[in-house]
Amino acid sequence: MKQYLSFFRMRLLAGLQYRAAALAGMSTQLVWGTMEVLLYRAFYLESPEKFPMGMEALAAYIWLQQAFLAFFALWHLEPELADSVQQGTVAYELVRPGDLYGMWMARSLALRLSRAALRCLPILLVAALVPAPYGLRLTVSPGTLALFLVSMALMLVLVCAYTMVLYGLGFYLESTNGVRWLSLAAADLLGGAIVPLPFLPEPLRTIAALSPFGSMQNVPLRIYGGDIAGTEIPAAMGLQALWCLLLILAGWILMNRGLRRCVVAGG
Amino acid sequence: MDTVKLYGKFLAIHLKSAMAYRGSFLLSCLGAMLVTANVFLGVVFLMARFETIQGYTLPQLTLGFAVILMATSLAECFARGLDSFSQVLAQAQFDRILVRPRGLLFQLLCQDMKPTMLARVLQAAVMIFFSVRSGAVAWTAAKAAVLALMILCGAAVFFGLFLVNATLCFFTTEGLEVMNIFTDGPREYGKYPFGVYGKPVLLVLTFLVPLALVQHWPLQYLLDRGPGWYGLLPVVSLLFLLPCWGLWRLGVRHYRSTGS
Repeated sequence: MKQYLSFFRMRLLAGLQYRAAALAGMSTQLVWGTMEVLLYRAFYLESPEKFPMGMEALAAYIWLQQAFLAFFALWHLEPELADSVQQGTVAYELVRPGDLYGMWMARSLALRLSRAALRCLPILLVAALVPAPYGLRLTVSPGTLALFLVSMALMLVLVCAYTMVLYGLGFYLESTNGVRWLSLAAADLLGGAIVPLPFLPEPLRTIAALSPFGSMQNVPLRIYGGDIAGTEIPAAMGLQALWCLLLILAGWILMNRGLRRCVVAGG
Repeated sequence: MDTVKLYGKFLAIHLKSAMAYRGSFLLSCLGAMLVTANVFLGVVFLMARFETIQGYTLPQLTLGFAVILMATSLAECFARGLDSFSQVLAQAQFDRILVRPRGLLFQLLCQDMKPTMLARVLQAAVMIFFSVRSGAVAWTAAKAAVLALMILCGAAVFFGLFLVNATLCFFTTEGLEVMNIFTDGPREYGKYPFGVYGKPVLLVLTFLVPLALVQHWPLQYLLDRGPGWYGLLPVVSLLFLLPCWGLWRLGVRHYRSTGS
């Protein structure tokens, strides 16, 4: 365990070096968030009665989504890992003392954490200054905040486990581009990146909520806004944990079976 | 004339090289279309719930979206050389371009194209077709001409934006991610007429980066919500190219090679 932790720390520190890129990303995210809020504001001013969730909860959803985009960004794969089988560099990884899955998982977690850590605070700060109901409300109960944090942690593990499945597929496919595109499109739609889940029509909404993508940003962001509350919280978080287990298992099996039949040519 | 012929040759080469990997090309096209189809689905879902937004119906919104989509896809396809300019600089290929007896921009445009984006042009055409069939607009010959003008001038404005983006590379070598706000942003948010986002956004996109002049304002004319002269505003947007061009000249003069 100790080696994974130190590997994690190493990648985290490496990720924290890219400050200029973070600054640029941050300004983009601020504009994106503003445009998104302005768009829903137009709908809200016209017919608030047709809103499936409160404007305040929706604004919290949008701002947190932008602040922690690095967590949710499924398209953000590490090419070094994604192409390592095709390029044979996976051999170097195998020389290292430690389980490949554990090392790559630690690396993925560290990358997303470092990217989010550099970007989130200024966005949260600006979002908190936006007047209600379009800004981010900071006054949530400690209980909700704790649940939000636990759910965020589950989501982060789930997203990384999901990318690990994609890396694992790299052992079997010549190119993972096709799988990546299809799964990205599905994730955008079912995960609440295009429109938040409550705005989806039935039965798509139920399908989305039950899919692994629905256990990602959808759950913590709506817990924070109070849109998922009461008995819905344990159910939603239980589903998150279940998908975590399933995807970790799937990724681990894919990777270890792949490793057994993987042949690296060249010297 | 000679220039046009040469450009045609380059175009043929790029199409041919894309078709060399037919399967991969088609898959890329499909991927590109899937992304925009998803964004469009988002509009459809919201309109299914709200029915109208600021008086626009879904077919009318579709028209505005299609104009921006087609304009940006045309620019992305044919101005790809500007988009990838940071690599050209980093690999010191610009030195080679400077010594050749042709225009700098012309060479850059010939050097790289992205035929995959033509899939999105096709997608936008399909969207326009359905919008027209649904009777969103009472069409006249003048309106059809304005629609064409919107698309072409829109492509020109995006071209100008890519040019600014490329020019900034002269000063930073690396591309500036901040410029995404003005290149990727409008493509994403052009899914609704820019007026939907409120006055400040509309003002910026009218006077600073004149994308509203090719979408929001002439759309008012097409939908009979504004006077006829709104239909001519796309032409005014072309003025944007002047400062872009000036900046580019400045950048070229500032150029210092990165390689040996």
